[in-house]
Amino acid sequence: MRTGWNVAEVIGVTQETTTARTLRLRLPGLTGHRAGQHVDIRLTAPDGYTAVRSYSVASARPGEEIDLTVEELTDGEVSPYLVHQVAAGDQLEVRGPVGGWFVWDPADPSPVQLIAGGSGVVPLMAMLRAHAVADPASAGGSAPFRLLYSVRGPAAVYYRAELDELARSPLVDVTLVYTREAPAGSPSPARRLDAATLTARALPAADNPAVFICGATAFVETVADWLVQAGHSPERIKTERYGGMGAKP
Amino acid sequence: MTDSADLDYLDGNAAAGPLSEFFAVDVVSARGRCAHCGRTAALATARLYPSSHGLLLRCPGCTEILLRLVDSGDSVCLDLHGLSFVELHRDEGGSQPNPQPPA
Repeated sequence: MRTGWNVAEVIGVTQETTTARTLRLRLPGLTGHRAGQHVDIRLTAPDGYTAVRSYSVASARPGEEIDLTVEELTDGEVSPYLVHQVAAGDQLEVRGPVGGWFVWDPADPSPVQLIAGGSGVVPLMAMLRAHAVADPASAGGSAPFRLLYSVRGPAAVYYRAELDELARSPLVDVTLVYTREAPAGSPSPARRLDAATLTARALPAADNPAVFICGATAFVETVADWLVQAGHSPERIKTERYGGMGAKP
Repeated sequence: MTDSADLDYLDGNAAAGPLSEFFAVDVVSARGRCAHCGRTAALATARLYPSSHGLLLRCPGCTEILLRLVDSGDSVCLDLHGLSFVELHRDEGGSQPNPQPPA
């Protein structure tokens, strides 16, 4: 019987922030995945109780290895184990990568607007990475990409050095909005993302960008509403909410 | 699962894994028609309400149940009576095979 659950080996662990870790997994037989997909992870307790959570893939490599970045939810059943206990050499039950909707298609020439709230940056990072390794002459590889990343403060930013490196490309624009604590020397104070900032920094509706929003439910709802009010077509906006059982707690 | 009128929901995207037990292709990319209000959209855009024993997908238009999955451990049951049809596009992500476990 096909159940789709496979055993993955943890082959590396990297601390991203004080509350988040990136796990590198090897899934034997995997031949790459689409940027934006997620996996389900199943933990089974000695008494047989199981807990399943979904985590977005952060990497964009062709083979058997994927990276997941997991943010700890202090009352979570799965994330504290993944952030504090799992070590290289451990095995995890994994289903996927799955999901064919919230994905970037390298054959799509559309400009791309990515909007992240906190750990919602993970699947969007996979898209940025896939874009970076795409043939620069290809449809998707030559498309402009913008990331708007709303984050509590400098210490909570994932992939900081790599984002700076990616932003050197003339095709890539990265904007960080600090909601609680601005970096030292920042010209503007910390503040929540608002419609004016969104409109100023995002690709305009006239460019008809493909939009991907990932974050907590309230963030996703608010940002999607602002974009529609600014003239973006709801058909062009794809969302991934997280929280509870489903995404990347 | 009773009242679902709060913000504690996810996107139908997150049902891709559980539904891969039933479908050989990624069915969340398929368009489904709500049997109640007729709204037709990708299942990935439905509202997903997880529960300890499965999940519900609700129509974002009328909030009626589109799909219910109940997992009792030994078996898993899929109730599709809230969908009057499901349409797959062969040239899009919907036709991508789900990953197969190694033999």
